[in-house]
Amino acid sequence: MTIRSARSAILAATLAGSFTLSIAPTMAQDETIKVGILHSLSGTMAISETTLKDTMLFLIEQQNAKGGVLGKQLEPVVVDIASDWPLAAELARQLIEVDDVDAVFGCWTSVCRKSVLPVFEELNSLLFYPVQYEGEESQRNVFYTGASPNQQAIPAVDYLAEEEGVERWVLAGTDYVYPQTTNKILEQYLLDKGVAKEDIMINYTPFGHSDWQTIVSDIKAFGSAGKKTAVVSTINGDANVPFYRELGNQGIKAEDIPVVAFSVGEEELSGFDTTPLVGHLAAWNYFMSVDTPENEAFIAEWQEFIGSEDRVTNDPMEAHLIGFNLWVAAVEAAGTTDADAVIDSIVGLETPNLTGGIAKMLPNHHITKPVLIGEIQDDGQFFVVWETEDLVPGDAWSDFLPESKMLEADWTAPINCGNYNTETQSCGAAQ
Amino acid sequence: MLTHFLRLALFTLSLIMPLQAANAQDAAVDIPAMVQAMGEASLKELGQIVSDLAATGDNVVVPTLTALADGNLYLDETSGRVVIQDGSAITDPVTGEAVELADEDLSRIRVNNGLRRDISAALSGMTLMSDNANTRLSAAQGFLSKPDRANLPLLEEAIAAETDSAVRNVMVAARAVTLLGSDEASIEDKRAAIPDIVAGAGRDAITILTGQLANAPDELKPAIQSALAGLEQERAVWGALQNVWFGISLGSVLLLAAIGLAITFGVMGVINMAHGEMVMLGAYTTFIVQLVIRQNFPGLLDYSLLIALPCAFLVTGAIGVGIERGIIRWLYGRPLETLLATWGLSLILQQTVRSIFGPTNQMVIAPTWMSGSFEFYGLSITYGRFWIVIFALLVFATLLLVLNRTPLGLQMRAVTQNRRMASAMGIRTPFVDAMTFGLGSGIAGLAGVALTQIDNISPNLGQNYIIDSFMVVVFGGVGNLWGTLVGALTLGVANKFLEPYAGAVLGKILILVLIILFIQRRPRGLFALKGRAIEQ
Repeated sequence: MTIRSARSAILAATLAGSFTLSIAPTMAQDETIKVGILHSLSGTMAISETTLKDTMLFLIEQQNAKGGVLGKQLEPVVVDIASDWPLAAELARQLIEVDDVDAVFGCWTSVCRKSVLPVFEELNSLLFYPVQYEGEESQRNVFYTGASPNQQAIPAVDYLAEEEGVERWVLAGTDYVYPQTTNKILEQYLLDKGVAKEDIMINYTPFGHSDWQTIVSDIKAFGSAGKKTAVVSTINGDANVPFYRELGNQGIKAEDIPVVAFSVGEEELSGFDTTPLVGHLAAWNYFMSVDTPENEAFIAEWQEFIGSEDRVTNDPMEAHLIGFNLWVAAVEAAGTTDADAVIDSIVGLETPNLTGGIAKMLPNHHITKPVLIGEIQDDGQFFVVWETEDLVPGDAWSDFLPESKMLEADWTAPINCGNYNTETQSCGAAQ
Repeated sequence: MLTHFLRLALFTLSLIMPLQAANAQDAAVDIPAMVQAMGEASLKELGQIVSDLAATGDNVVVPTLTALADGNLYLDETSGRVVIQDGSAITDPVTGEAVELADEDLSRIRVNNGLRRDISAALSGMTLMSDNANTRLSAAQGFLSKPDRANLPLLEEAIAAETDSAVRNVMVAARAVTLLGSDEASIEDKRAAIPDIVAGAGRDAITILTGQLANAPDELKPAIQSALAGLEQERAVWGALQNVWFGISLGSVLLLAAIGLAITFGVMGVINMAHGEMVMLGAYTTFIVQLVIRQNFPGLLDYSLLIALPCAFLVTGAIGVGIERGIIRWLYGRPLETLLATWGLSLILQQTVRSIFGPTNQMVIAPTWMSGSFEFYGLSITYGRFWIVIFALLVFATLLLVLNRTPLGLQMRAVTQNRRMASAMGIRTPFVDAMTFGLGSGIAGLAGVALTQIDNISPNLGQNYIIDSFMVVVFGGVGNLWGTLVGALTLGVANKFLEPYAGAVLGKILILVLIILFIQRRPRGLFALKGRAIEQ
């Protein structure tokens, strides 16, 4: 057997592994509206994305119990993208062309979104993307229901600077597009605020990094310059557990050097003894501990659906809830599931979020969100220590990067453009 | 006009002053009411109550504040009482008496970082005269990080009374920091304070002195700078040693992950892509063992890892024997098919574990003897890493002993060196094959137990280590255990020395490039086996 044939055998095995799974249709084929669910159920991202698949099934079941949409039942079509991004593009195409779905909810990583984007553009379908991301993008067929940097990273830095008096910053992240872009925006923002270049330390690590001894001791040394220091962490996924463990072991306490994380939520902390982490921070737009009647009802229904009192809720789940409700409202308003009609009718629609506010779909296909800062508690939950007074509208193009501050996204007439240059008054201006 | 105004102001003040004093008096008397008020207070009100309580200076409030900072202060929702819960004991925060709650519904009174800092500062003042040396030490350290001129007399008093020299040093340093930052102290006092800080503040000395440098008067700056230069130089030396330790610690993890592979791949020549999954299964066994212990024998929780060791070895060893008997023995001499079959097996095992335990990480609590760190001269060594290094070396020594000093080891070496001759001598080669593979897998399971302390327990755990393990075995020399040891430690130390300069990502790439170059020069690795056996 040659190496080449071994490789193609591996490829075939992977493809066969990621089979399509249709949940038993309750009605005849032509009387349902199909909804695609495009998440990783195996591979490295399965840890985060499996829950989102369950969330979508939960939301669809609830909607069907209420009578469906336009008098028709919804039918979920689940595919497993197996943490493999080219496969994600193929499966997105399959969902739209073969399974004939009317909207797709899915992806977690930015690289997944970037690889399926061309498919949605070409076949003119809808993608609802539920995770916080780096911004610098707005596409006609995509709705970004997670936070953009101005809804998460910037307020978190403001909180640290104002409330904790932080003057020295460690920007630590996993080495891929989201942390790189977010840190670029944050660095520029900090420099604009008058932070000196030598007071910013930027550090990248590979996915799944597990040996944090050197980096944590570097952070410790960096923090010993007589100024209050904080770590802004865009470390993603699995690598967080050994990172926090090393922080605890080397005796870095939240009172001395707080860590604010953008990718650590209830789900990530559930596999984890959080006693040494008490006081470290996370910035999100939703926490399970938020005390509102809407949230209480959502948690109770979710736990009943999944059949476990131990299952937590998190921010991307709320984003899927908002995205799903907005899509349902838009379809009802347009009277059809046709992509063009939904894109036109969804802008300006509102739905209540779980923290007592209103999520409104903006012309740039982002939504309004509150920003919450929470401190980690020893039960794996967050205690909200700060929140924005008003809802923050999502900004597609960062105002702090020179190459994007003149860009705006507006998918309503007459502009109808994802990167409209307000200086030259033209669309499609420089990336 | 002005004097008139001043007089009026003074008069008003004189009216208010006694009032305030009286207030303070009242507050001092009514500590229970203030503690009770914490139950329903917002974060801001809580901050006010904490500073009021601290202002009473009464030692009665110490347990309340300590409990608040540690998250042990609760509000009982049914009775509306504020109580301390520590373990299962519920006590009254002021009197310290046990409390019986009819229908307990406790909700924690939560604090944030800022408040926690205020509490520890407030507690420092109150506990500086405590009978317990450790309490005094942490109080003195609190003063170090929050110097306040008002505390000087208290510090002087404490220094005079202190008998423990280590605590005394920290107190002297705290006094020195306060003097250095104060406007009223003379330059001579300040100059004399600098060596006290260097001697007593330990690792914080650099932080403190750098912080003071900016505000220090010009004539003092050279003294601070020279003290700093000395400290920096010391830190550089210890930094290099610390890096060596980090390297050894990383190397020991690599050694643990690779040593089982050194048996299955190195000795038997089987390319076992499912080796990482054996590590993962060992970690999950630890998780189950701890779960059982936590539910049935909570007293043994601290020993759960030790109990998990034989369990993990037996479980993964048995699975290994099963794999060898069921799959691998049909594929001897066909490396590519073995590779594909074991790779497929690794996917099956991963997905099975994912289906049973779910995709999320599982939790294994670190025993108390593996948490935290200790100071060894200028090195800060974490207990977890320390025990893993010891454990890795123990496993290595045991394995060496098994291979060289036991009948099974002798048979293993005989079978792998010349199968037909061994068979002719009456050795049951299939049995030895199964045992060898089981031993390699069992050791992978042991590695899994250790890895629960530093990595995620998720279905992907093994994938992160499989490449590194092969790298170590090939680099060290296939079929040689000493090569695996030297290879693992070399890679660990090299990685840690590259990391500060090249960053974690580039460091890893550089290591891979160096290994490719090395393997091209010496295809058989560091310690190549010699003789006829390897020609087969």
